[in-house]
Amino acid sequence: MKLTVWTYEGPPHVGAMRVATAMKGMHYVLHAPQGDTYADLLFTMIERRNHRPPVTYTTFQARDLGADTAYLFKDAAMAAYERFKPEAMIVGASCTAELIQDDPGGLAETLGLPIPAIPLELPSYQRKENFGADETFFQIVRHLAKPVQKTARITANLIGPTALGFRHRDDITEVTALLSDMGIGVNVVAPYGARPTDIANLGAAHFNVLMYPETAETAARWMERELDLPYTKVVPIGVGATRAFVSEIASITGRNVILDESRLRMPWYSASVDSTYLTGKRVFLFGDGTHVAACARIARDEMGFEVVGMGCYNREQARMLRGVAKEFGLEALITDDYLEVERRIEELAPELILGTQMERHIGKRLGIPCAVISAPVHVQDFPARYSPQMGIEGANVIFDTWVHPLVMGLEEHLLTMFREDFEFHDDAGASHHGHKAKLRETGISEAVEPETVATQSAPTHTGPVEIVWLPAAEKELKKIPFFVRGKAKRNTETFASERGVQEISVDTLYEAKAHYAR
Amino acid sequence: MTERFTPPPSRGCSSTPVLKERGQHEVFCGLTGIIWLHRKMQDAFFLVVGSRTCAHLLQSAAGVMIFAEPRFATAILEETDLAGMADAQQELDRVVSELLERRPDIKQLFLVGSCPSEVIKLDLAKAAERMSAQFAPNVRVLSYSGSGIETTFTQGEDACLAAMVPVLPQTDARELLLVGALPDVVEEQAVGLLEAMGIGPIRILPASRVNDEYGIGPNTLYALTQPFLTETHEALQRRDANHIAAPFPFGEEGTTQWLRAIADQFGVSDAKFAEVTDAPRARATKAVAQASEALRGKSVFFFPDSQLEIPLARFLTRECGMEAVEVGAPFIHRSVMAPDLELLSEGPVIAEGQDVDKQLDRCRAARPDLTVCGLGLANPLEAEGLTTKWAIELVFTPVHFYEQAGDLAGLFSRPVRRRSLLKMEAAE
Repeated sequence: MKLTVWTYEGPPHVGAMRVATAMKGMHYVLHAPQGDTYADLLFTMIERRNHRPPVTYTTFQARDLGADTAYLFKDAAMAAYERFKPEAMIVGASCTAELIQDDPGGLAETLGLPIPAIPLELPSYQRKENFGADETFFQIVRHLAKPVQKTARITANLIGPTALGFRHRDDITEVTALLSDMGIGVNVVAPYGARPTDIANLGAAHFNVLMYPETAETAARWMERELDLPYTKVVPIGVGATRAFVSEIASITGRNVILDESRLRMPWYSASVDSTYLTGKRVFLFGDGTHVAACARIARDEMGFEVVGMGCYNREQARMLRGVAKEFGLEALITDDYLEVERRIEELAPELILGTQMERHIGKRLGIPCAVISAPVHVQDFPARYSPQMGIEGANVIFDTWVHPLVMGLEEHLLTMFREDFEFHDDAGASHHGHKAKLRETGISEAVEPETVATQSAPTHTGPVEIVWLPAAEKELKKIPFFVRGKAKRNTETFASERGVQEISVDTLYEAKAHYAR
Repeated sequence: MTERFTPPPSRGCSSTPVLKERGQHEVFCGLTGIIWLHRKMQDAFFLVVGSRTCAHLLQSAAGVMIFAEPRFATAILEETDLAGMADAQQELDRVVSELLERRPDIKQLFLVGSCPSEVIKLDLAKAAERMSAQFAPNVRVLSYSGSGIETTFTQGEDACLAAMVPVLPQTDARELLLVGALPDVVEEQAVGLLEAMGIGPIRILPASRVNDEYGIGPNTLYALTQPFLTETHEALQRRDANHIAAPFPFGEEGTTQWLRAIADQFGVSDAKFAEVTDAPRARATKAVAQASEALRGKSVFFFPDSQLEIPLARFLTRECGMEAVEVGAPFIHRSVMAPDLELLSEGPVIAEGQDVDKQLDRCRAARPDLTVCGLGLANPLEAEGLTTKWAIELVFTPVHFYEQAGDLAGLFSRPVRRRSLLKMEAAE
């Protein structure tokens, strides 16, 4: 039993729904109680889909359990076939139905449907949403894909994009354009927008672009083995990765391909002097393994940030991400416990979080800006505008998205210069964010100063020595703009504890500042 | 007093044959109620004993995640709990101790059963009893089921309140008990109106803190504020408390009749009643008239969802000039729904339970001007050109009593007005 407040991933059958909902002509018959139908709203509300997910739930009730729930499944599957006339079906159980062991796969077989009914075994009490999507896509491919004649021109399949994915819709457009620039066509995109007949035709491509290892790696490996389809290992998020992706395709296809960079603005934006203030900003990354690994490299090599921590919630990517973190001299945090992530962020006090919607809330609570880089998704992660993460435009979008939460360069300087100004102070926040400007409460803060000293020093974990901030130093600390205050406080305390200084004065603060100056 | 109402219909719906459906249900389970219950009971924590699906539902159901340190969590069952490798009761003890250590402010803990915990027959009542003894007097532990195999959406609140009834102390005092978790602003208005008539003392179930609790007994009079509280109603009957039957307090008419039924029990004179209610009644009538302008002469179709469907159909047809085509409810409990059914004019299909695909067929055929449905159906129906009102908002928004009557009509008229405002067709 595990105590859980918030979850990064849903149960595996939600992963299967993401695959089914992304496809056309596919129907999912899910043995499940009525409450499980909540999952429909993920697609209709968060993603604003204008169709119901193609899922029939058997919605058994307590009174059915004493009798026969198997016939409920058979009736529901038959009715779904007759009403929706799908080209193929996937059948399975949610967590509750798994316990009553009705064997949806076996039951579907006895119906003698004239279409493939693909059974799914998704262990709800061991695995999670990404596994569910990966396994479902793999089973669909394994059942439907056959060796076929390769296309005359060089083509690729784009595999991995699903419903409810982080920017999958726009990444497909971007990667399609990227390949088209190289003279490579797209054979099939799957599961997003694919019909069962398209799945059967996957083998006609010359290679697979594995867009999201989270949802399609197992299928990619199987196709490499069975359909002679090599797959790309580089995920083209960021300028460096996009260039590496193009070279990888050159070596897979044996052709001399070039990348059209005429639309690429990101490296110049990052190099232009206005971006100098980004230098060395301490960032923490958390999300799915693929996005975190890609974004960590962008943060360091393309934005000039200092990566102070990273982690992922999906254990399937743990080994890969540990490797990446090692490259950065860090240890990856692998956990699906939201509270643990929150603690780590509090400890590290970064200046920017690159995370999921969960970390955005953590940042809001701690007063740390956050840009979202990964699922789990929120209605805001489906913008009306074109907003990919991959390829050339993806890099441009990432620059804008990551810079937006920060206070801009010149404004940062002005805030430092006029930090005691009553209306232009750090609590006023960045001027390009739409909220009401706060006036500084003059006078009152002076009075409460001594009290805050006690509360401020309480959570300081610096070994056996209790460090106390003297009132004057505490006041001076408050003059430091909020976006660097966490770092200043931490540095000063580390500096003091290393020297056995128990009381931090204004001098200690500035000695520490000089010590850490760069 | 009642002369200002539209006269009751010559034939109401109380004897209309009900269309009973048994097919795919498109509804939430009772766990959803935790989203508002944990805010209402400020010293309570809700621990769902269930699966990852339960946890995922809780954070998805409200459409947004509520990150202000929630007072709910899920103890997720794992393979080891199911295979009997770990004793589930011992595991639960461990999780609860961990939780109470972290949250010493918790005074009542609800162990909430789920589909998987029901199927594996994990006895949460026994666990609650054991933990109550262990943590008394600091924490009271109760249990109820919010499972989707037993409860639909708002039935979770019902099960929770019903679980609280047996532990209320015995009393012979003549007191009024208002039953239902309402937003504070609405609750205060109701209490204010009743107190102004000289009625009291007034108790609320659920009390916002465990220490605010009171006794219950044969002299307790109770009125339900929500139509889904049928188990609680039965639990109160078992404690010999007396039910004040009335239409539910939605709209000007519902509120007046609800208040009148209580006032009659407490011997409030017509003059006093008029003195207290005349002004807010007039305000409500005016506000409803304004807010319902876009609704007059339009048709409405209800998918079963929150159990508020019948009283709301009564409000929309009698006060907002709408015509009901179909009124679907997850279940219909006659003893609490009769007064509303009697006021609902004969005509609409009254449906209980659901077969969602068949119901969608009926809805498409009827092409109603407004469809009230759950979040899973709203956007797909909008894309088919139907105007919808998602039902969950009716549970999350203050809609009871006089001062909210206009807002309630506004919740239905806004989608209708919006559709007439938007000039561009969506591209397909």
